[in-house]
Amino acid sequence: MAGKPSVHTHAEPTSFWRRYIFSTDHKVIGIQYYLTAMGMALVGGALAMLIRLQLGWPDEKWPLLAKIFPRGMSGGVMNPDFYLALITMHGTLMIFFFVSLGLVSGFGNYLLPLQIGARDMAFPFLNMLSYWTVVPACVIMLASFFVEGGAAASGWTAYPPLSAVEQAVPGSGLGQTLWILGMALFIASFTMGGLNFVTTILNERTRGMSMMRLPLFIWTLLIASILGLLAFPPLTAAAILLLFDRHGGTSFFLPSGLYFGERVLPHSGGSPLLWQHLFWFLGHPEVYVLILPALGIALDLLPPFTRKPIFGYRLTVYSLFAIGVLSMIVWGHHMFVSGMNPYVGEFFAIGTLAITIPSAIIGFNLIASLWGARLQLRTPALFALGSIAFFGTGGLGGVFLGNATSDIQLHDTYFVVGHFHFMIGGVTLLAILGGTYYWFPKMFGRMMNERLGKIHFWLTFIAFYAVFLTQHFLGFGGMPRRYYAFSKFEFLAPIRDMNAFISVAAFVLGAAQLLFLFNFFWSLFRGARAEQNPWRAATLEWVAPTPPPHGNWGETVPEVHRWPYDYSVPGAPEDFTPQTVPPTVVEVTR
Amino acid sequence: MRRPFGTGIRVADVFRDARLWSDFGTPPSDDHRRGGFDGGSEPQHGLPVPNAQFGLWLFLGTVTMLFAGFTSAYLVRQAGSDWQPLPYPPILWINTGVLVLSSVLLEVGRRRQRALRRWILGVTVLGVLFLFGQLLAWRALRAQGIYLPTNPHSSFFYILTGVHGAHVLGGVITLLSVLALVWRDALGERTARRLSLCAVYWHFVGGLWLYLLFVLFLL
Repeated sequence: MAGKPSVHTHAEPTSFWRRYIFSTDHKVIGIQYYLTAMGMALVGGALAMLIRLQLGWPDEKWPLLAKIFPRGMSGGVMNPDFYLALITMHGTLMIFFFVSLGLVSGFGNYLLPLQIGARDMAFPFLNMLSYWTVVPACVIMLASFFVEGGAAASGWTAYPPLSAVEQAVPGSGLGQTLWILGMALFIASFTMGGLNFVTTILNERTRGMSMMRLPLFIWTLLIASILGLLAFPPLTAAAILLLFDRHGGTSFFLPSGLYFGERVLPHSGGSPLLWQHLFWFLGHPEVYVLILPALGIALDLLPPFTRKPIFGYRLTVYSLFAIGVLSMIVWGHHMFVSGMNPYVGEFFAIGTLAITIPSAIIGFNLIASLWGARLQLRTPALFALGSIAFFGTGGLGGVFLGNATSDIQLHDTYFVVGHFHFMIGGVTLLAILGGTYYWFPKMFGRMMNERLGKIHFWLTFIAFYAVFLTQHFLGFGGMPRRYYAFSKFEFLAPIRDMNAFISVAAFVLGAAQLLFLFNFFWSLFRGARAEQNPWRAATLEWVAPTPPPHGNWGETVPEVHRWPYDYSVPGAPEDFTPQTVPPTVVEVTR
Repeated sequence: MRRPFGTGIRVADVFRDARLWSDFGTPPSDDHRRGGFDGGSEPQHGLPVPNAQFGLWLFLGTVTMLFAGFTSAYLVRQAGSDWQPLPYPPILWINTGVLVLSSVLLEVGRRRQRALRRWILGVTVLGVLFLFGQLLAWRALRAQGIYLPTNPHSSFFYILTGVHGAHVLGGVITLLSVLALVWRDALGERTARRLSLCAVYWHFVGGLWLYLLFVLFLL
């Protein structure tokens, strides 16, 4: 692309299709990703409500639901295998199709060129291709509910033999095949996106935008994209082998002596643990792919509302690198109970405790950024503060789970469910929501309703704690995950009824999101017109016109003279100094 | 001096530049490739590598990780008790020779410049021959009664050669697209860049094949 600026300043397409549907404009693609992710979140959230309905009142009958799911809820009672399909698809949709797409692809695509001063991504066509690869992936995932046997039921981790033996449960048939296909398309799309992000961040920055002047969100995107590029391909390899185990008669993951009905399956010598290793080699970096950009948004939402620079920029960047490296060697902490050699377990435990150090540094930098702040509790600030709280709570639980000694007690209990929902469910959810309130004026030129936003925040925040903190205590009580009812277990009798409380809280949590949905669409048409820089923020995207035109910057691309956190610089005319203000006007602090 | 059909960047240059862009600082060339303006007091930051080339390297990184995943699965599975080594299909010697020769021809052609289209055509034909030869190797194994599920080694052989073959096929298609450009005598910057990217990829799949041979029959 060198020496061809014309590629980046191509004329704005005029036809509807090229402008809004098959667009190569990063802003359109970002919004497409964002809306797709939100749609998938609605489905994933609805599945969660069904899960909670079952867990809260396992013996009740729901005749109305029998009409909607004639097979899964026949007679109004949930089938166990339908429950398995629900948790599988809830996990898959939320992790890959809501948080990955919304945070990384959605906000990433929209903000990346705007925040680094580029006209578009490095490869605009590839960008479009990546979006239109993920659309069929979404369709396939959703369609799998309607095929014979229903959707995949082997968990979002797709452990064999459940995922490899076609006859294992109804969802192991066509549903599982579609799951693998959908994931393959998702991975292909995410890889295209990752290539684009890394190249764009390193190569498309405007004049003066050195790496140490990047907003921290861009840094987190860079590390997350590199992690995605390194971690997804081994899962692709594993998925190819799994497909052949399912349809080619091979035995990579299937051991000998598996019976189905009266018949011995022909497989021999394979190792289900091999899949677990390959899966978690992706799976663990993947949680950082999700949480790092969420932390990046939290870090970037704070300065405009504290009116002071972020604390510890450099140390945060170094910590991101440390997390990136360490995240590749801690996957075994998902497998402490798999019978691994205790010394190997020790290695993974030490690695996991080591990764808490850079994570804690970022957490403390977030907290320290509040020191001496003139805090303005607008909606985005509330969400940023909330995600700090979730990160702290989830992080403390992580210390227990990262240690083999305590994990062996807590493994596969609701403690784990509570923990990971705080981290990759909660921190990311609040970041996506907070990011929406914050960047909505840039995306659509209108403000979201502040009062509804605050109600939305407090409902979400309190209900989330009620659901997932309570689940930690169920885990202490030994309540296992993935069971579709606990009525038969005597030892769980004292704590069983807490599930009804959790379910009610979960319904509040779900209903609160409808408030957000209403606010989103109402503000889209009726919200107050936004100024160009409503939060008086210093980052580059607020220098662009609102909403930004095709090519983002008009005639000339802005030149950057300072880092993005120049708030309350002594002697400056205003309490924020945009990155484009030259050193002759306001002294450059960094 | 820059060769018009070279990769445009030598290893020594990268190391020299590495000092300059330790903070991903100023690249020596491609200075005002993005901004659309020349003025300004601040330096332009970026890698001393064009986007397409850097993107290709990243892509090859993901392909490397894909085969790293296969390799680790292979090593684990090889330790199983039911592992039976596969007889080596002799035609693989010829296939390997064909693929190596194609890489050599591509480099010679890129340096010679004259009759470029014939060189590229030759490389493409050799690529197709390689794929055909791999099919013959599959046939040879099948003739001996060795199928995909026969034993873990044969499973890996069919799958790894298949996935590698898909990557070679991608290379052949790219070669054809470059060939179409060269055929129309479009010998501009764009063709040169396409060809150099194509060459990087082609050598990569060649090297990958040598690696797979090592894993499948020597490890």
